[in-house]
Amino acid sequence: MTTFTDPYASSQETTEGRVYSVTGGDWDSLVTEIGATKEERVVLNMGPQHPSTHGVLRLILELEGETVTETRCGIGYLHTGIEKNTEFRNWTQGVTFVTRMDYLSPIFNETAYCLGVEKLLGITNDVTERATVIRVMMMEFNRISSHMVALGTGALELGALSPMIFAFREREKVLDVFEMISGLRMNMAYVRPGGVAQDLPQGALAKIRETVKELRHNFKDNEKLLIGNSIWIKRTQGIGYLDLAGCTTLGITGPVLRSTGLAWDLRKAQPYCGYEDYQFDIPTTDTCDVYGRFLIRMQELEQSLRIIEQCVTKLEKLEGQPVMVADKKIAWPSQLSIGADGMGNSLNHIREIMGESMEALIHHFKLVTEGFRVPAGQVYTSIESPRGELGVHLVSDGGTRPYRVHFRDPSFNNLQSTAAMCEGGQIADVIAAVASIDPVMGGVDR
Amino acid sequence: MSKNGMFGASGSGDTSGFGGLVNTTTVIGSTERPFGSYFDQVADDLERAYPLFSDAIEKVVVDRGELTLFIKRDRLFDVAKILRDQLKFEMCIGVSGAHYPDESGRELHAVYSLLSITRNQRLRLEVSVSDKDSHVPSLVEVWAGTNWHERETYDMFGIIFDNHPGLTRILMPDDWPGHPQRKDYPLGGIEIEYKGATIPAPSQRRSYK
Repeated sequence: MTTFTDPYASSQETTEGRVYSVTGGDWDSLVTEIGATKEERVVLNMGPQHPSTHGVLRLILELEGETVTETRCGIGYLHTGIEKNTEFRNWTQGVTFVTRMDYLSPIFNETAYCLGVEKLLGITNDVTERATVIRVMMMEFNRISSHMVALGTGALELGALSPMIFAFREREKVLDVFEMISGLRMNMAYVRPGGVAQDLPQGALAKIRETVKELRHNFKDNEKLLIGNSIWIKRTQGIGYLDLAGCTTLGITGPVLRSTGLAWDLRKAQPYCGYEDYQFDIPTTDTCDVYGRFLIRMQELEQSLRIIEQCVTKLEKLEGQPVMVADKKIAWPSQLSIGADGMGNSLNHIREIMGESMEALIHHFKLVTEGFRVPAGQVYTSIESPRGELGVHLVSDGGTRPYRVHFRDPSFNNLQSTAAMCEGGQIADVIAAVASIDPVMGGVDR
Repeated sequence: MSKNGMFGASGSGDTSGFGGLVNTTTVIGSTERPFGSYFDQVADDLERAYPLFSDAIEKVVVDRGELTLFIKRDRLFDVAKILRDQLKFEMCIGVSGAHYPDESGRELHAVYSLLSITRNQRLRLEVSVSDKDSHVPSLVEVWAGTNWHERETYDMFGIIFDNHPGLTRILMPDDWPGHPQRKDYPLGGIEIEYKGATIPAPSQRRSYK
């Protein structure tokens, strides 16, 4: 057997057998070498740096020819210790951490966390309606931006470039709305315990109306590109099969569960943030496959737009209502404001605490540095994120800092189904199946 | 449980008085019937389906509209099976851990969130074990989805789930020493030097101690 000098494809002998490394370029020499070996079984390491594994996911595949006989996931490459870090900051600062977990759905992380803190404080019903409606609107916008990435990258991984271009074009529009409202395009830390960081800026509702109209029009482009596209259908129909029994034993929620025909959505089943007051449908399919999951995501876009429109109508009526709880011992001392360089302290507030009122300064200092105390106990709150049930387990020991923050991230749980979906299928279908789970490694590894 | 100081400052030159504060918190005791909401019904159903109920359940806590059953670890597997098969709690949403170094003999807690789609109800199971004997039966056989959650709880807290099909670290590297989410594990970090000044590692900063 010859040795190779190809920098992109080389092989070496190890105690486990011969190991081939490929990184890109022309693999002809390597393919010839593998073809010459008698062994049919190949263990393939895909990732953690691979364009179609959705981030730093490592897939360990055992192949017989092109058939996948065993699949294992290797995760942890993006572990950042956020849960540990929150124990060393106060409850409000926790928002800035948790928003960075699942970076495609920051508003959901923040809302789930804040609902938990509010439940611990016992102020769930004191949060103003305006703050709750803004949260719902932001969450639904976030669902759209997250689904746009799922659809765009999902199509890209199967070789369709155009849907990705269109999806990211729409996503940008949603991020513009986030920027207008919160000053930031992602990781906004906008939802805070007790309400939201600031009220909507002037003219926001008009801009949101316009954006909804544009999005509704443009979503048709992607639908035309994918639904009915014969290559797309062949790559996705009947692929990544997982039925209801599989979903329940594996704890799978979200679009994967709804693709089995079960209309389980926490917004309907166990409403939070007043979702029972909105008119919307839960799209389902009964195909249990990749195609069905993408179809559900596409249909959920329209449902999110419907909810946003209802939010806008509600917000018009709630003009002038505060967006933070009235309790000054919990509410952040001032509303923030957006300057040229992003979100920051309101100048009026700084004038007050620095020049006018000593008590206001003391109050501000206490609340911002030390934070508020949260009565001891534990809670579990869950919301329907774009990927399924996002649960937060919070434990307080009565102090100003969390005792334990645990995020039950839907990506983490749902990724367990990779083996069930992929084994027995072809290697190319692994990519489709993983894309249909839509895992975000920031959420998986936390 | 008690906590010293406001920022955990001790032995420093802090004269603000924050360092001398001691806060004690009471641990929530068990709840007596009626539990309210659907909780009585769940307890009744479980008692009917599992005659050893009073022996298996250490205490029932209803707090902030949530039901928690504290279960003896020897009975955990049986109770879980009955909850799944007879009470229709089809899903185990996840396993979380918590470390209470002050509760001697029951330092480590494993917390299971269960969901019943049929009943549209939730339930929490909690098991506590001691630091020295941190074994809990694995529930992978009951709900396959607890597999990774148990691995994570093992990784972060060192709770050993017996009969787990492959209890290895999942988030930390395989050869990592210690269990990071335990309270005796420091926050860590490294010193940063910037323009000649040194910023201490997070776990050395007074405000994060």
